[in-house]
Amino acid sequence: MKPKNNTGLLRLVYNPTARSIFYQVVIVGLLLWFVLNIVGNVMTNLDQRGISTGFRFLSQPAGFGISQSLIEYDETFTFGRTFFVGLLNTLLISALGIITATILGVFVGISRLSPNWLLRKLSMVYIEILRNIPLLLQIFFWYYVVLQAMPRPRDSISIGEAIFINVRGISMPKPVADSGFGIYVALIVAAIIGVIVLARWANKRMMDTGQQFPTFWASVGILLGTVIIGFFLTGRPLVLDYPELRGLNFRGGMTLLPELLALWFALTIYTSTYIAEIVRSGIESVSHGQTEACRALGLNEGQRLKLVILPQAMRVMIPPMTSQYLNLAKNSSLATAIGYPDLVSVFAGTTLNQTGQAIEIISMTMLVYLTISLSVSAFMNWFNRRMALVER
Amino acid sequence: MTEFTPKPARPAPLSEVGLLGWMRKNLFSNISNSIVTLLGLYIVWQVLSWAISWGLLNADFVGNHRSDCDSGGACWVFISVRWNLFMYGFYPQDSYWRPNLAFILLIGFLIWLSVPRIPFKKVGAILSLTVFPVAAYILLYGGMGLDVVPTHRWGGLMLTLVLALVGIVAAIPIGILLALGRRSTNMPAVRLVCVIFIEFWRGVPLITILFMASVMLPLFFAGGTDADKLMRAMIGIIMFQSAYMAEVVRGGLQALGKGQYEGADALGLSYWQKTNLIILPQALKIMIPGIVNTLISLYKDTSLILIIGLLDVLGMVRQALADPAWLGYPAEGYIFAAFMFWIFCFSMSRYSAYLERRLNTGHKR
Amino acid sequence: MKKIATLIGAAAVLTASAGVSANTLETVKNRGAVQCGVSDGLAGFSATDSAGRWQGLDADFCRTVAAAVLGDAEKVNFVSLTATERFTALQSGEIDVLPRNTTWTLTRDASLGLNFTGVNYYDGQGFLVSKDLGVSSAKELDGASVCISSGTTTELNLADYFRMNGMSYEPVLYDTSDQTISGFEAGRCDILTSDQSQLYSLRIGMSDPDSAEVLPEVISKEPLGPVVRQGDDQWFNIVKWALFAQVNAEELGVTSANVDEMKGSNDPNVQRLLGTSGNMGELLGLDNEWAYNIVKQVGNYGEVFERTVGTGSPLQIARGLNALWTDGGLQYAPPIR
Repeated sequence: MKPKNNTGLLRLVYNPTARSIFYQVVIVGLLLWFVLNIVGNVMTNLDQRGISTGFRFLSQPAGFGISQSLIEYDETFTFGRTFFVGLLNTLLISALGIITATILGVFVGISRLSPNWLLRKLSMVYIEILRNIPLLLQIFFWYYVVLQAMPRPRDSISIGEAIFINVRGISMPKPVADSGFGIYVALIVAAIIGVIVLARWANKRMMDTGQQFPTFWASVGILLGTVIIGFFLTGRPLVLDYPELRGLNFRGGMTLLPELLALWFALTIYTSTYIAEIVRSGIESVSHGQTEACRALGLNEGQRLKLVILPQAMRVMIPPMTSQYLNLAKNSSLATAIGYPDLVSVFAGTTLNQTGQAIEIISMTMLVYLTISLSVSAFMNWFNRRMALVER
Repeated sequence: MTEFTPKPARPAPLSEVGLLGWMRKNLFSNISNSIVTLLGLYIVWQVLSWAISWGLLNADFVGNHRSDCDSGGACWVFISVRWNLFMYGFYPQDSYWRPNLAFILLIGFLIWLSVPRIPFKKVGAILSLTVFPVAAYILLYGGMGLDVVPTHRWGGLMLTLVLALVGIVAAIPIGILLALGRRSTNMPAVRLVCVIFIEFWRGVPLITILFMASVMLPLFFAGGTDADKLMRAMIGIIMFQSAYMAEVVRGGLQALGKGQYEGADALGLSYWQKTNLIILPQALKIMIPGIVNTLISLYKDTSLILIIGLLDVLGMVRQALADPAWLGYPAEGYIFAAFMFWIFCFSMSRYSAYLERRLNTGHKR
Repeated sequence: MKKIATLIGAAAVLTASAGVSANTLETVKNRGAVQCGVSDGLAGFSATDSAGRWQGLDADFCRTVAAAVLGDAEKVNFVSLTATERFTALQSGEIDVLPRNTTWTLTRDASLGLNFTGVNYYDGQGFLVSKDLGVSSAKELDGASVCISSGTTTELNLADYFRMNGMSYEPVLYDTSDQTISGFEAGRCDILTSDQSQLYSLRIGMSDPDSAEVLPEVISKEPLGPVVRQGDDQWFNIVKWALFAQVNAEELGVTSANVDEMKGSNDPNVQRLLGTSGNMGELLGLDNEWAYNIVKQVGNYGEVFERTVGTGSPLQIARGLNALWTDGGLQYAPPIR
């Protein structure tokens, strides 16, 4: 049916381009109005209530202590410094969590496909129970039920008089560099380079002649040998600083705080259930013909996984895996619930409270997480495009 | 010549059939497998025997004081004396029938909508999206002759369910709109807005969003606001999850063949006809696992509201744990809260698996 | 498409943003209730009893404001806040007044956009230690783990004190005082530091209160008082004078029991307080019976103190610094005239 009046304005109304431009102008206009309105309101509200604004507070002394810091920090440092202390703690827990969650997740994911019925079922139960319980609850469980039930420092569980486990965490010896440490490090670096060269040579030889070389065991041998023999050759450049119960607490050595441990365990276990499912579906996505072909070629189980299945599964697994890693980093902000000094707890918690500048501090915090996740996504997109080229 | 009579096939050797054969094949196929099996059995035995003796055999179930917990196992009395608080928070006692009734209504609608054999699905859907929310609001909050129960008295499982349901109902449509906007080809401005919106909410932790919603939102509006704390938290959760939902929907839309779009265009369907009649019905089917996963994480994420001082079921448990009269039962408390979350998440994931099988029409891509 | 999403969000937020807080008094009257920020559970100051009713010195101050402004002490919406949330909640207008054992300091007064209206409790920071530690002075605490509520002045004083005495410590932060005391009981830290009043209140909440003791050292001045937003002088005056009215009532001997007879008193001070002469209420923008309502429904300062933290309560805190100036304490209110 034709519109009755096919001229002028009406024609414009039925023109899809005109309509889409009209809609866009309206939406963008509304949005701009909305944002400007908010900015205006914030300005007037801040002004009216005499709340200080700006980032001058960053250079003022903080005046409070933080229980764990990777960089030098005490009460006399500035609020700006607390930002970096928190940020580094966030990165630390994220890195620890990613490493252990990956190891555990891959293990459970492969078990999920094991020929052993019991192992298959056990890993399924593990996944189904732990991924359906909120992470926050798991953190509380580890912190309040498990770690707070540990003995007091005086009655610590001691492992060989070197590692002490108590309600205040795990105290263990800390290696401290002594003279000759530089040479020792140089030796180890040399060994690592040697192993890489060896691996390349072995690979090339295998490609050329088909002969295999036990690269893995050779590398382990070289590395371990260098680490152990080099240690004595360079005159024991590392000394261990043992923790010792002096006064109220363990002094010396290094201590993993219970807050860190609880968060680490919970993040590891929770994320590993997701990673396990990703690994499982990744492996299942490789067609069965590949497995049969491997068997026909006489590859054993380990070789099949390592050389054929995993490289192909990897392509499917990497994107969801990355988003799990990002989730883990974001989830580490739950640290604030048990007082692990991460970015949210230190900066958006204590610092915010001492300065009262909510807008600046929350924006900075959000910006950090946004930067992390956007840059990782950008990297992933690039990586995906590269991987996609391999596709046949 | 004798006629050829085939001998009956010999039965398979005993070691290959029946329970024995099954065990041999699945549990003890080689040495390493046998070791794993034995180790697994040992772990299962240890865990189960401890759990049963602590949680059931040596546990205390009846009583009303901590002195009733003397048998050394779990003290479920701790849960039972506070059952009402865990379920309803500080909701007035004489009005418990209101959340109960709302819950029964909810179950009724859910059964109506989720069991395939019950007819009149369309009526059910319309009623559950129009009548039910209004009825539930009036029942829970008040009005129409019922006393108003301010939201700061809501708590426990009831609050968890309210947050999750409202979140689910709001996040799905917003997510679909965002995804459509992000895929829109002839409206670049809209696409840009949607991309920014989605990436922003996905990029920051929920807890900073909740913090913003709980204490900063009022600064954004002229002269502050009286908006309810619960509502602000709800808006935060909805925004966060709708961004995730949008990505799930986008995945589903992308998985659909281009021919479907072209076919719809060739038939001369308008944009919304094409979307509603051709694209979404097919895409939603592909998206079910993703959508349910998002819903499950929404449900789990509601637990974060305790950080901004709203007391959901986990929050109530933590409050109970601080009661000096009942110190020392964190395990019971947290296990109970975990069960409350687990049972809902697990049923959701089972239902989604069932739905996936049912809707699988064979031409899965 | 996107438009609808935006509209839903905007509408949800905007419809809720009715009410203008530039004039807090107006807002409160329209709402018919005072939004009052209290702590999330600190016996004696603000905590819910088993019936879910808020009790305590700070909670009663919320009622005092409600009685003065709305004539009904029960018209209060209690908003429980953690130490970290409290200032933002006040700045942003979520609450009208914040009596949440908050210490009056220069920074808070000058840069947070807040005004302290007075002091309803003079306090000082102390230490709670468990007895089997065998410590008798805070000077012996080198290397200790210390449990603190995060975002308090306590955190800053603690840092100053340990640094001044050349001692090291490990801070263990908790969000709420419940968590702080449970961490202390579990042995996560050796000492718990907080305002002395809180230490007593936390101690009676322990499963074995006799296992811990409060050290004699007081390391800081902690004047605790109700806070309001800057930029609304009328509301500032109302909250300030609500507290002064209570103190004046105690000084003049007006109690909730005798307030009705006192209305017939011929003491001009009492008459002005109770609104039988003069127009004190009107000057504040309130009903002339404002102070009468406070005393009648909540009580004078002394009554509230004894009921919530003093002899009538499990805390048994002596008046000490919080006695009237006439009894050698610091509570001194400007005259109502």
